[in-house]
Amino acid sequence: MSISRRHLLLLLPAAAVAWKHVLAGTPESSPNYTMSQHWWGMLIDLPKCIGCGNCVRACQAENDVPDGYFRTWVERYHVSDYDIENPVVDSPDGGKKGFPPAKEESGKNFFVPKLCNHCVESPCTQVCPVGATFVSPDGVVLVDKQYCLGCRYCVQACPYGCRFINPKTDTAEKCTLCYHRITKGLTTACCENCPTGARQLADLKNPKDPIHEFLKTHSVQVLKPNMATHAKVFYAGLDGSVR
Amino acid sequence: MPGVEGFMYPNEIELQWSVLIVLYPFLTGLVAGAFILASLERVFRVQAVKPTYRLALLTALSFLLVAPLPLQLHLGHPERSFEMYLTPHRTSAMAMFGFVYVWYLMAVLVLEIWLDYRRDIVVLSESTTGWRRWIYRMMTLGSHNLSERALAIDERVGYLITVIGIPSAFLLHGYVGFIFGSVKANPWWSTPLMPVVFIFSAMVSGIAAVMVLYMLMTWSRGRSIDMRCVDTVARYLFYTFIIDFSLEMLDLIHRIYESDESFRSLDFMVHTKLYLSHIVVQIVLGTVTPIALLGLTQVVKLTEMARKRIYALAGCLTLIGIFAMRWNVVIGGQLFSKSFLGYTTYKMGLVTREGLLVAIVLTVLPLVILWVLVKLLPPWTERNSGLLPDARAAH
Repeated sequence: MSISRRHLLLLLPAAAVAWKHVLAGTPESSPNYTMSQHWWGMLIDLPKCIGCGNCVRACQAENDVPDGYFRTWVERYHVSDYDIENPVVDSPDGGKKGFPPAKEESGKNFFVPKLCNHCVESPCTQVCPVGATFVSPDGVVLVDKQYCLGCRYCVQACPYGCRFINPKTDTAEKCTLCYHRITKGLTTACCENCPTGARQLADLKNPKDPIHEFLKTHSVQVLKPNMATHAKVFYAGLDGSVR
Repeated sequence: MPGVEGFMYPNEIELQWSVLIVLYPFLTGLVAGAFILASLERVFRVQAVKPTYRLALLTALSFLLVAPLPLQLHLGHPERSFEMYLTPHRTSAMAMFGFVYVWYLMAVLVLEIWLDYRRDIVVLSESTTGWRRWIYRMMTLGSHNLSERALAIDERVGYLITVIGIPSAFLLHGYVGFIFGSVKANPWWSTPLMPVVFIFSAMVSGIAAVMVLYMLMTWSRGRSIDMRCVDTVARYLFYTFIIDFSLEMLDLIHRIYESDESFRSLDFMVHTKLYLSHIVVQIVLGTVTPIALLGLTQVVKLTEMARKRIYALAGCLTLIGIFAMRWNVVIGGQLFSKSFLGYTTYKMGLVTREGLLVAIVLTVLPLVILWVLVKLLPPWTERNSGLLPDARAAH
């Protein structure tokens, strides 16, 4: 079959559109990064968190997170001695500007930074009807915003409230563990800006990562273990009242 | 923060699924229920409900045609919805929607209606004139054979499709229930009873809708209502409603007795933010009252007029109750925090893409489609009504 000039003129734009569609799914290149050599998570050493909100501000600046939505946020818990099952929690503007002085004096107050738990068995990935949400080979739960329908099923399915719909893109959004940074050998924006080192990026496949020593010598817990999501954000010093 | 009590995770304050997602299970429920009513005559040979058979099928089709619209309007990127057909994610409960929908629409409903009406369409394509003739000629799809053998094949294939259609109707709506029931993060939704409750509530709403539509249309045509028919339909509505209510009560009792970590939060919500829509509208007004009214007609001998009024009232209350049930599932499931420490408020827009006006239009649209379908394909069985008897006489 011979292709006439007219056919070629018609085919070229179609091929360009198809090629653009193929390229849309190509991740940003990082030549020195091999996905199979990493397995990312995060360690949060709760007694070190001072609730300054640096992590929230850094995340919003780094990832252009719209106001009123959060890829990471900080909660303040007040647990009374007499009612440990009913903590009083606040997180004004996600803790972005820190916290006002605590009202209650009795009991205990502490801060809990939250972010996507990058679950191995992530419910959000399970429910996405088109596979726009996926777990990368290096263990990071990501969203392909070129493909997301904006059906919001993943937002409903996340037990931790980590997802939202970005009003600019009308697609699901969440913490990417600063994937654009960690694949270039950097740490996340929140970890880099934490003044006390309460947040530590962890590469569970790297035997030299300090996380291994920490896990050997400390008790850690994940949020909502009953959800069996195999979360990879580990909390040291987590109080039983935290939800 | 206004509208928020206690503590919500910061991303939870805004509700994700709006009144349009309330409409979606309401509309598909009417489809499944109307079809089950139609199958009573076709498969289970309940001859008394024959006057509602064709109306039930047309009602199911009208609502099914509109059912995907609220979903499309709700999507952030409706232009990408076709990806669900091209690259469905096999682990997602939602991914099968497109396939279930197309199966039910094309393989069950349209085919069954076409086979049932084929003879009428052929007759009408020859007896009418003008644009009607062209429409009927197109609807014949080139099949003009009205021999006894051909009609017998229509009957047999139609029967087979109805038999396949019953589990398909269960699939259509049970599946919608599963979309909610399988969200383990949400204790208000996460129960294996959800698909079963959805199926029975669908049957209840579909039967009630067809019963009310039949009475209303017959009255507006100046014909007399077939009381044997509506008595039978009302009896089936009563039985189905009792099963539906029992299942819902089972779920409630189970939750109260187990009292797991979410119970206090959900209990508080039902007694505050959901009190009006759940306790008053759904349970008292939309369930207990119609069951009592329908039960009354089963045990007390009432006049025909009294029965008609009771059926009309019970049918309308049932539809309000089932809509409230969908509302309480969809909206109620988003009013509490997954931390179980706080509550938010649903603020419905009026003239927004997912607002009240759009919801009203989407509720009325199936009735407009039904009106057109009834004009085009009259479902009435009495002689000298609609287009067909005249056409038959002409033939």
